[in-house]
Amino acid sequence: MNAVRRELLPGVALTCITTDKFKTGCLSVNLLTQLCRENAAKNALIPTVLLRGCTRLPDMEKISAELDMLYGARIEPMVRKYGEIQSLGFYADFVDDRYLPEGTKQFDGVAKLVCELLLTPVTRGGLLLPDYVDSERDKLLDLIRSRINEKRSYSMFRLVELMCCGEDYAVARIGSEEEAESINYKKLTRHYRDLLATAPIEIFYCGSADTEHVEAVLKDALHNLLRGEIDYDIGTDIRMNTLEEDTRYFTEEMDVSQGKLAIGWRLGDCMEEPDAAALRVFNAMYGGDVTSKLFENVREKLSLCYFASSMVDYFKGIMLVSSGIEFDKYDEAKREIFRQLDAIRNGEFSEEELQYARRSTASSLRAGSDSPGALESFYLGRNIGGWDWSNEELAALCEEVTREDVIAIAQSAVCDAVYFLRGEQDEEAEEE
Amino acid sequence: MRELEYPVIGEKLYTDTLPNGLRLFVCPKPGYTKSYAFFATDYGGADRRFRLGDEWHDTPAGVAHFLEHKMFDMPDGNALSVLSANGADPNAFTSSGITAYHFMSTEGFYENLETLLTFVSTPYFTEESVQKEQGIIGQEIRMVEDNPYYAVYYGLMQCLFAHNPMRESVAGTVESIAEITPQTLYDCHAVFYNPSNMALCVVGDVDAEKVREIALRILPAEAGERPVIDYGETESGLPLCTRVEKQMDVSMPMFALGCGFPSALRGRASLRQRVNAYLALECMFGSSSPLFNRLYAEGLIDSSFGAEAEFTAGVGTVVISGDSEDPEKVFEEVVREAERIGREGLDAGLFARIRRAAYGMRVRGLGRFGDLAYDLAASAFEGYQTLDAFSVIESATKEEAEKFIADTLRREALALSVVSRRE
Repeated sequence: MNAVRRELLPGVALTCITTDKFKTGCLSVNLLTQLCRENAAKNALIPTVLLRGCTRLPDMEKISAELDMLYGARIEPMVRKYGEIQSLGFYADFVDDRYLPEGTKQFDGVAKLVCELLLTPVTRGGLLLPDYVDSERDKLLDLIRSRINEKRSYSMFRLVELMCCGEDYAVARIGSEEEAESINYKKLTRHYRDLLATAPIEIFYCGSADTEHVEAVLKDALHNLLRGEIDYDIGTDIRMNTLEEDTRYFTEEMDVSQGKLAIGWRLGDCMEEPDAAALRVFNAMYGGDVTSKLFENVREKLSLCYFASSMVDYFKGIMLVSSGIEFDKYDEAKREIFRQLDAIRNGEFSEEELQYARRSTASSLRAGSDSPGALESFYLGRNIGGWDWSNEELAALCEEVTREDVIAIAQSAVCDAVYFLRGEQDEEAEEE
Repeated sequence: MRELEYPVIGEKLYTDTLPNGLRLFVCPKPGYTKSYAFFATDYGGADRRFRLGDEWHDTPAGVAHFLEHKMFDMPDGNALSVLSANGADPNAFTSSGITAYHFMSTEGFYENLETLLTFVSTPYFTEESVQKEQGIIGQEIRMVEDNPYYAVYYGLMQCLFAHNPMRESVAGTVESIAEITPQTLYDCHAVFYNPSNMALCVVGDVDAEKVREIALRILPAEAGERPVIDYGETESGLPLCTRVEKQMDVSMPMFALGCGFPSALRGRASLRQRVNAYLALECMFGSSSPLFNRLYAEGLIDSSFGAEAEFTAGVGTVVISGDSEDPEKVFEEVVREAERIGREGLDAGLFARIRRAAYGMRVRGLGRFGDLAYDLAASAFEGYQTLDAFSVIESATKEEAEKFIADTLRREALALSVVSRRE
């Protein structure tokens, strides 16, 4: 499956995959900008405000009705975080023309609508409608406040916030409550116009239409996009060492019945020239997979927790482990999580374990070719990272990862912070 | 094997019922890298009291789910590791209605399929492993108990049903799973995991005959007895109580409102009921409905708002859920909208659009192997064919959707469950 890249306008790149394989086509339009405390919430708000109405279809009911007529096509707001780059825009998916009773042109209709939503919001006096902005801002605030509802992701969020304090990476994908509260329609309009003029834009299409057609339709739909000087100066600052010499420990209390332990590492020197394949295989072996050391030992052998898994941020060069445990298992679980990483550092893993990790990593990368959504997210990440492999090529590289490659990553990682969310202790128990 | 063609949607399906009673479906997907196998039993969290021969058996809440966890244990190791080692991505789940074991793989598919069929048909439980699992599942139950979505849903179920096991969590409680012994697991496996109570669905670029040959070779040749399930006394269709509230650490109150009613349709009638329910709820609560847009603009609901109908364990449920500062007002708006539709009927243009959108969404769903396999198995257990849904959607009428609303969303049938902020 070949991805073709074209520049449509200054700083507007199209990645196009033409294939007859899928019944669903997809189109995404993403504006890229530096993740930062001042703008993260504004950026997160833009797609939902734009989805409230454009000049031709000024309210949601009219937009939804048009989407129904496009055989249930969907246009979703997207806000993503890739290291310290924030991406915002729309993801649309729709039935491929070949499977519809009449000869309709789904892609053309969806592309036109997506670009209208992006470029021609309903305005008054040139400004976004205060009503739409306020109502979506309140919903964004609710969403930010609802972080607390999911304790597992909340514990990860708190860990990152504490571990990376002072770095842009600590800023949440959808920003903070304080910043969101201060947004009004004037500020947001100015920011929106700014972004349209300066943000690099990544467009992705996957479906049965050929590149020339996709390019022509999009160029036409984007004809009134006015570009200024493109801000290419965005990126992620990779910190190699820990913030303080020793690992920092944090404990917080909340009314929960299960404790959540979250641990973060800097991947260290191996991020000088990161080996994307080795990082993935290492993560699969340590805690990314059901054959991983964390799953096999911390969960299965010792029954210390219900879940224990690791994830690596390839952009930022950090690894996070998350685990759900009984409160009194804190020391034991923590010790075991460290012990399993030490095992990899010391080369204590079988050829079989390594082979499992290689195969499962390669297999899930290859399976990405079977879903338009997976391809979209793979290619957007790849384009932002400035990498040049396809998912199939990266899969092949994963199969070549050696024992030494994996050991080197484990040895390079340094633990920066440990966060524990536990139940509220009653005062008597504490006094004893 | 029978070959079914669906040229309009570009699908083909091979199906067969093997001599041992296993329902087999293979949906070929030429050109795909991954293949997906889904092996399911018509046994879920709600199937707790059953008759085998002349005898009734009662089992503690949570056995189906517990069994799912323990099935991966084999005398010579763990099947999860074997599959993962062979490049597969395996998993399993238990719902109220079914238990399923599945894997996706990009290589070694047939070998992985053999492993899947072997471990699911090989019970192996020890005192020690059962005890250990009680610890692991105990943690899972605790984790779920901290989840407000879970609390608001089961709060509603307990309002709606007096006897039906849908009112209890699929995983059971820490106390109920403490009653489980290796013998409980052996017994339930013998009853529910016989091939005549199961379905195997494969989606991918595979050879249907070869799948059939493997199933014939590995699974038991004998068709066992299909158990008769008792879901308790027939429900009245009226809630036991109409309001329930729980306080938790949530940022905004959550609600689930809805109704429950006896429903034992099977076959194509069951499919038609599901389609009607889907269209009715989309017309009434979907993103292009007048109610959704009005409440959204007023700030009473957000995009988490949605409605769903479920038909399991001899009952149907409609659940309308979301976040709101004023769930009581949402409840009132829902009742009034149902009453308005009762008087004025659904807008014909809206219904036609929703039907068109439903068709398109279903076509898109055919690319999601997991969903397709699940639908194939679940529909086999309910006695219909899921790919017939396209023709049912095309022939669905506005009057049927209106009737569904009139029959179910009556004020006296509705209850409201709320998880509010802790004070």
